Amino acid sequence: MYVAVKGGERAIENAHRLLAEQRRGDPAVPELTLAQIENQLGLAVDRVMAEGSLYDRELAALAVRQAQGDLVEAVFLLRAFRTTLPRLAASRPVDTAAMRLRRRISAVFKDLPGGQVLGPTYDYTHRLLDFSLAQPTRADTPGPRRGAETAEPGTAAGHSPKVAELLAREGLIEPEVADDDAPVGDLTRDPLCFPAGRDLRLQALARGDEGFLLGLAYSTQRGYGKTHPFAGEIRMGAVAVEIVPEELGFAITVGEITLTECEMINQFKGSATEPAQFTRGYGLCFGQGERKAMAMALVDRALKGAALGEDSGGAPAADQEFVLMHADNVEAQGFVQHLKLPHHVDFQAELGLVRSLRAAASAGTEAEAEP
Amino acid sequence: MTAAAPQPGLAGYNFAYLDEQTKRMIRRAILKAVAIPGYQVPFASREMPLSYGWGTGGVQLTAALIGPDDVLKVIDQGADDTTNAVSIRKFFATTTGVATTTRTAAATLIQTRHRIPETPLADGQIMVFQVPIPEPLRWLERREVESRRMHALEDYGVMYVKLYEDIVRHGKIATAYDYPVMVNQRYVMAPSPIPKFDNPKLDRSPALMLFGAGREKRIYALPPYTAVKSLDFEDHPFEVQSWSQACALCGATDSYLDEIITDDRGGRMFVCSDTDHCRQRTTAEGNSR
Repeated sequence: MYVAVKGGERAIENAHRLLAEQRRGDPAVPELTLAQIENQLGLAVDRVMAEGSLYDRELAALAVRQAQGDLVEAVFLLRAFRTTLPRLAASRPVDTAAMRLRRRISAVFKDLPGGQVLGPTYDYTHRLLDFSLAQPTRADTPGPRRGAETAEPGTAAGHSPKVAELLAREGLIEPEVADDDAPVGDLTRDPLCFPAGRDLRLQALARGDEGFLLGLAYSTQRGYGKTHPFAGEIRMGAVAVEIVPEELGFAITVGEITLTECEMINQFKGSATEPAQFTRGYGLCFGQGERKAMAMALVDRALKGAALGEDSGGAPAADQEFVLMHADNVEAQGFVQHLKLPHHVDFQAELGLVRSLRAAASAGTEAEAEP
Repeated sequence: MTAAAPQPGLAGYNFAYLDEQTKRMIRRAILKAVAIPGYQVPFASREMPLSYGWGTGGVQLTAALIGPDDVLKVIDQGADDTTNAVSIRKFFATTTGVATTTRTAAATLIQTRHRIPETPLADGQIMVFQVPIPEPLRWLERREVESRRMHALEDYGVMYVKLYEDIVRHGKIATAYDYPVMVNQRYVMAPSPIPKFDNPKLDRSPALMLFGAGREKRIYALPPYTAVKSLDFEDHPFEVQSWSQACALCGATDSYLDEIITDDRGGRMFVCSDTDHCRQRTTAEGNSR
């Protein structure tokens, strides 16, 4: 009877075999190619890159396939690979004002320099299941875009100034001075300690779980911390990544990545020392991840509350330790699921304790029973 | 603990998986931890190919320490054949090619979850504990900023109040595992979720005890022969679990026993949680692979 807990090694091997079988599914159905995942499940790939903190569409697609579409598992796979990579260089700060825009909207001005570019969005689709998509043989051409001659994808014209900078010229919004030469923290190379600076907070949020941040952001809108946000600007498109190799001494472009950026504009009534002005919340993520970027911006702003002297009333979204220690889904999934591991030694200890406490209670005595 | 030249292991990965820079970072944290017994040293924990909460802290310690001549033993719940122990042992067998053993006495490096072997440890052995929550004050003060300050000031009143309240309420200290200890008369430390039965084995152990919490990014240590005292009161001295039965397999009366339910009519048996200890007692030679 004791053999029940033995044979772990063979059980694990068999579990791996079953998993591989399940992943492949019915062999009569053709296997998904990475190109298909990259192209047709692109938003899944983007989410895995964002939370996996690694910009590589092909590897993210591989992770999605290996994880059978379980995106948190895919993020984990990508992270465990990322952690082994050498750091060759730190890039220069990307210039999102020079982004080749595929989408750019502002909710605070009707029109603005650079214009509103709706781009590929689900926003105004009616969420009706499109049964025609169920037909695989359908000629899959979406039809020409109308009246959009000037806006080839990824080439919305010229330099579109940031909305927040337009307000900053009038001093209406808190200034944010870029200090490009200051070292930037990296929580994957140094342990996160509290209180954490904004660089580390933004890094943690950028790789944080979208669902967790979404819930926190939502909570600030419903009264758990009040940040009164406006979507100042959301933009999505391609930016160049530059590094300055030491031996050259000048910047060279090493590639281009797609980013989604959100700047929230938030009310601030001023304090004894500061006049009223708007404040900012910032969100940025790899790929096309607007929901994530917006949620991140709201939470970033909530976390700035303490520095602005705001009383959050104990709102979870404004609590650094609460947000930053629980936003990482790779950490969270591991610790929640570790409850599956055997705990019978500790449970035995608790059993003994509960039995002894019950025995002591039923004996109506303070005497200690044997555990 | 030698630097890794090209070694047998997993193609495409360094010896013991981690790159040498990371190993050095972890070794620096270990040295600091050894220098300040019981103090939790923050370290830049890496994402491992193993899930957080499944021993990533212990695996990183082992990876930073293991050399080609080491003999590794991995246990979970005292047993060598539980699934996670099998999985971690296989990870190191694959990535290092070192010899593994189930015999406590034969191992130079023992990674464990939730138990300390019954066989007394010897000078030169290293125990690596997997730690879920390294902060003994977490359930009393959840803020890291505050609990670190309390350690710095040796401000442990709240811990003693908790133990006292237990006695008032239950007549005894109602903690059965991860029972807090005082290290070297200075730091209160979580011994990881070992049953309090194992706490006395920590005191003045000839082996080096290292604790790794991967998700929480902390390393702490008990250098050999460090004084480790389980917290208690003069009139309520610390005591360990005991059983009225002996092990049903080997007859041991001095080991930690697991309760195995054998049927649905209340049938049960008690057997050693330490499978190596049990086997040594049941086989004349006590040899294993």
